[in-house]
Amino acid sequence: MIRANNTRATTSPQAATLLGRLAGVVTLNKGFRRFALGAACGAALPLCSAHAQTIAITNARVLTAAGAPLERGTVLIRDGRIQAVGASVQVPASARVIDATGKWVTPGFLDSSTGIGTVEISLSADGTVDLATTERRITAAFRAADNLNPFSTLIPITRVEGITRVVVAPASGASLIAGQGLLMDLGNDGPTLTIHRDPVGMFVVLGEPAAALAGGSRGAVLLQLREALQDARDYAANRNAFEAAQRRAYALSRLDLEALVPVLRREVPLVVQAHRASDILAALRVAAEYNLRLVLTGANEAWMVAPQIAAAGVPVVLDPSRNLPTFESLGITFENAARLHAAGVLVAFASFDSHNARNLKQEAGIAVAYGMPYDAALRAVTVNPARIWGIAERYGTLEAGKDADVVVWSADPFEVTTVVEHVFIRGRQMPVDTRQRDLFLRYRTIDGAVPPAYHR
Amino acid sequence: MAGRIISLAVLLCAACAALRPPERGATAGAQPAAAAAPADPFPSTYRPLPSEPTLIRNATILTAAGPRIENGSILLRDGRIVAVAPRIDAGDAVVIDARGRWITPGIIDTHSHLGVYAAPGIASLSDGNELTSPVTAQVWAEHSVWPQDPQFALALAGGITALQILPGSGNLIGGRGVTLKNVPARTAQGMKFPGAPHGLKMACGENPKRVYGGRSTAPSTGMGNVAGYRAAWIRAAKYRGEWDRWQEAGADPARRPDRDLQLETLAGVLRGEILVHNHCYRADEMAQMIDVAKEFGYRIASFHHAVESYKLRDVLAREQICSSMWADWWGFKLEAFDGIKQNIALVDEAGACAIVHSDDAQQIQRLNQEAAKAMAAGRQYGIAIDREHAIRWLTLNPAKALGIDRWTGSLEPGKNADVVVWSGDPFSVYSKPDLVFIDGALVYDRADPAKQPHSDFIIGTMPREVVR
Repeated sequence: MIRANNTRATTSPQAATLLGRLAGVVTLNKGFRRFALGAACGAALPLCSAHAQTIAITNARVLTAAGAPLERGTVLIRDGRIQAVGASVQVPASARVIDATGKWVTPGFLDSSTGIGTVEISLSADGTVDLATTERRITAAFRAADNLNPFSTLIPITRVEGITRVVVAPASGASLIAGQGLLMDLGNDGPTLTIHRDPVGMFVVLGEPAAALAGGSRGAVLLQLREALQDARDYAANRNAFEAAQRRAYALSRLDLEALVPVLRREVPLVVQAHRASDILAALRVAAEYNLRLVLTGANEAWMVAPQIAAAGVPVVLDPSRNLPTFESLGITFENAARLHAAGVLVAFASFDSHNARNLKQEAGIAVAYGMPYDAALRAVTVNPARIWGIAERYGTLEAGKDADVVVWSADPFEVTTVVEHVFIRGRQMPVDTRQRDLFLRYRTIDGAVPPAYHR
Repeated sequence: MAGRIISLAVLLCAACAALRPPERGATAGAQPAAAAAPADPFPSTYRPLPSEPTLIRNATILTAAGPRIENGSILLRDGRIVAVAPRIDAGDAVVIDARGRWITPGIIDTHSHLGVYAAPGIASLSDGNELTSPVTAQVWAEHSVWPQDPQFALALAGGITALQILPGSGNLIGGRGVTLKNVPARTAQGMKFPGAPHGLKMACGENPKRVYGGRSTAPSTGMGNVAGYRAAWIRAAKYRGEWDRWQEAGADPARRPDRDLQLETLAGVLRGEILVHNHCYRADEMAQMIDVAKEFGYRIASFHHAVESYKLRDVLAREQICSSMWADWWGFKLEAFDGIKQNIALVDEAGACAIVHSDDAQQIQRLNQEAAKAMAAGRQYGIAIDREHAIRWLTLNPAKALGIDRWTGSLEPGKNADVVVWSGDPFSVYSKPDLVFIDGALVYDRADPAKQPHSDFIIGTMPREVVR
């Protein structure tokens, strides 16, 4: 791989942050939004026709994320929802039965920070990269939803590995306010993505990268952040005067101010990336000053200020598989997740990745290897993010009434030798096909007279 | 699983094989050094740490040289492995009961930038890519290695006992790599693996043409890349000839040709003294590089990253070229877009040399997990691989690619006692190295803070409660 002297480019996809926009039509639905580029789900599409099927997964080790595991349980799925979960569930005669003896069943996992749908090939194909904008200093109005490509190869590649929902977060571009993320599932077949919350948060960066954007110091970052919030508060209280040009000039554009108003109303959380303990404390102070709902992400040194985070009731989204020290993460440790959990902090895991968001389950296993209780790690990829992002009524546990995001695993889902056997998203079984599986099949044999190009 | 009983005699016989010089093959055929280049001006000053005779018993042992041994024992003495067998008499050795634990050879990474891209990752410590000319064969990675990089100790806690530090891939020919023992030392020379040949980093594909094409200089295309390699090898062959003729004519000091550091390195490759490690993602570019190597008479020890090796695995097997691969990284560049999780399993199945490498300071700490994912991905699609075989991807095969397999890479009598005792099955996310031995010395003990090295950098900068 290449490593330039000053830009320490890594192969990890999160390193790539570039821009672009894609116009889409968003229609509101009660509870969630659908994002459509064209044709709606039609009868010819097999996923859609499977929607009404009743499926019983039987004899499985069921981890509900809502209580103790069932050693030989049944999960009954009907009309996209979980109808029943238990040791003695009555299975209707019409149900398709999947005997999962020896298998493990969990809710589909949720990755709390990815760029899925907004990036295809990070470094070589700029036109496929819509992770961020470098256009303006403050870009609260920038929406990840406007970047989505429902035909991304990353969607099937990720979901066949048991990840059924993702937060799509804008990356930091030219501004310490990156913009608005969304939460979607990966169960689309064709152009229709199901978006469960948009915006799911207003994404902001503090610490070293923000200081570089704001003029070289952390003080400048906080000054700009407070200015933005003050302007938005003033704007919200004086819209008419603003429209009549009878209000002082604001540092932000009208669209950016508009986007910040729901944050001030606590309808949308401020999602702040901060690693150094001092930056985390700064985020807590700003959130208290403006009475904001705060979610911390990254948070490598969060364990050093865990009591303060717990006292503020602030959840933390982190990747427990990282331990390389930087100057803003000298206290980084694999035990961050376990220590925060022990302090009573609500923890969710994220890959902060796109192509390998599928390794979220390995991250969870690493958290367990470094002290996180197993059930807490399971919750960190299911019900905890459901609570943080406001979709816990419909997703996060295997309980009657929830959306049927259900995964059947060959064994312990966090174990690196485990593979996925079945994935259901909102009750529909996902196909096993991916671009990578197609490549494998094409090259399964290479000694024939016919070139692989003729294998489909 | 029933334990396999292996006689000590069989293992001792295996020792004879282990002590033979490495066979020609993936190791690249090393010829006796000609006297043209001076002896290594930066010789290793490595000395093994103090050790005592040690018997570890009751473990599940993956030797990388044969079947699994259940409830087995391994005896280490004077830096060497004395025996690996179901039962061994302790004699005067310190006895470690490893019931429930697993033993493997030390893990070896063919592709690391520890020390040259040290942590913390700031410009002052970015010393891995001499991006001032597309051919910089004259630079040596060991001259950029910062031995105080705290990442060495993190890798040790992941069971890494030897690793090749390579220059980056921004150049067509990036410079010499160096193989280190993963021991703390005040100097890079104190880490150099005695006797290990240098590597030469070459790079195919997008990186060199992006770096130099972006400056409107050559190379800016794939064809520019290949022209650049060939031009360098032509100069190297001429240089080698001048020195060979001088040697044959009696090596008169008054007529000695001028030394050229760049061509000295390249001539070392042509003489078989330096092993080529070639960053190359795409199968078609690998085929081009194989032809370049044949044109100039050198061998490629390993392709690196090699996300498309599965497409060319028959050729790689025939040419006896290793592939150093990731378990699942893909898509970050166009040349990585066709990465599949079965790459390693397919290469291995074809009889080619498969290696799991890291190129990453985080992954190097859990190469065992990466191998486990690759094994599972192969099995999922019907490629049968067991642990006693897959362990070679992390040990014997990288040792071969680095030219150090006569000393390390498998648990066989006579080899260096580079040994990892794992808390459990090394192919599990939950297992960790409990003990790491290098040349028979206990260099890491997870349970004993006094047996855990720390770099100078972290003294007084990191909280004491940090556990890595």
